[in-house]
Amino acid sequence: MEKELKVSKIRNGTVIDHIDAGRALHVLNILGLNGSEGLTIAVVMNVPSSKLGRKDIVKIEGVELRQDQVSKIALIAPSATINIIKDYEVAEKVKVRVPPVIEGLLKCANPNCITNQPREPVKPRFIVRSLRPLRMFCSFCGVELSQEDVIQQLTKGG
Amino acid sequence: MFADKDVLTITDFSREALERLFEETDVILNALTSGKKLDALNGYIMATAFFEPSTRTKMSFQTAMLRLGGACVDLPPEEISSRAKGESLADTIRMLDSYADVIVIRHRLEGAAKFAAEIAEHPVINGGDGTRDHPTQTMIDLYTIKRAHGSIDGLTVGVLGDLKYGRAARSFILGLSIFKPKKIYLISPPQLSCRPEVLHFLEEKGICYEEASTVTKVLPELDVLYVTRIQRERFPDPVEYEKVRGSYVVNELLLKSAKENLAVLHPLPRVDELAYSLDQTSHAWYFKQAYFGVPVRMALLKLILKG
Repeated sequence: MEKELKVSKIRNGTVIDHIDAGRALHVLNILGLNGSEGLTIAVVMNVPSSKLGRKDIVKIEGVELRQDQVSKIALIAPSATINIIKDYEVAEKVKVRVPPVIEGLLKCANPNCITNQPREPVKPRFIVRSLRPLRMFCSFCGVELSQEDVIQQLTKGG
Repeated sequence: MFADKDVLTITDFSREALERLFEETDVILNALTSGKKLDALNGYIMATAFFEPSTRTKMSFQTAMLRLGGACVDLPPEEISSRAKGESLADTIRMLDSYADVIVIRHRLEGAAKFAAEIAEHPVINGGDGTRDHPTQTMIDLYTIKRAHGSIDGLTVGVLGDLKYGRAARSFILGLSIFKPKKIYLISPPQLSCRPEVLHFLEEKGICYEEASTVTKVLPELDVLYVTRIQRERFPDPVEYEKVRGSYVVNELLLKSAKENLAVLHPLPRVDELAYSLDQTSHAWYFKQAYFGVPVRMALLKLILKG
């Protein structure tokens, strides 16, 4: 608790809590933030958490997340909660949710999968088999995507 | 159970469904052998869209349809069809769907049959997609075992060859898991061993299996030996291929230690992994297996189109 108190509150913006330990920078990468935008951003990593053992927290002043960003965050931090802060208070608290079927967000790793054919009108679709560890398989060719594959795709290798 | 159902992967089918298929196959086989003319699918049309070479699958589907009084239309080879102009698979399937009552597709890309099934309103049958599924071949394989041994349960089955890229072998292994075999031996060179997802599947299903690198040691235990081609083109070094190929040739000498009623199956075509000298022995079930291709596919088409 003490460690969290070291970071000051934000007035308006978003606090992403309960991020899996060590993945806060991936979250920033997904949001397209690297610090050069001039936003006030606090990143807290590896703090104790009763739920996760250890967790990361990201606080961003003046930003509200879009739905597609929330969906992506869910895939690398399935326990994350997103707090929308207005005038220093939590105006809304949303727990991210990994849907059982993920369509369009990720690419199949199998080059011989029909979903990797540029001229075919087909969206990649994955069926989630487990959340921890995250395991999902392509609904068309059955090839599995691991948590590492998902992070790599969503952060473009970062 | 079958009415209007797509046939995409063997694991979409329950044991009860496969047993129903085998029952219907028995009825059809009896009718065929007694020379009875069948016309259950009179007025129905099947479209075949084979984007990869095929002998048995395509011809047996066409024969099956014709023997049931139905008709067939076939997508012409690429060079003389609109695919040469760059037509997508999606558009090709839409067109076939508007012409025919059922579509059989073979494609080099994995998931192509499922994609076709999502586009088409009529049932789609997977005649083989990439290295993944070949469900109707597995139906024939399982039916052949049933004919050879009376049951699939309790048998020790060896699957020999390219277990990594061969779709017939992969589908067959998954298909066995729908029943209760005593044990499955997965026999292959290490480079072509069974993929982890298939092993996980067997574990989840509680199927007893063991991986082996040669057939000699496990042969005396086997009731069924399912042979597939060791694909030379999968070996980066031809010298490596020459080293392993000898240990995967099934011949009379090798079968001296086999059970008397061992049934040898092969989805065909064979190259040199199965000696011609075996053809006259009681172990040779592979030509019967190819023959069963027609009645099993007749039963399947009838059950899909007529319920």
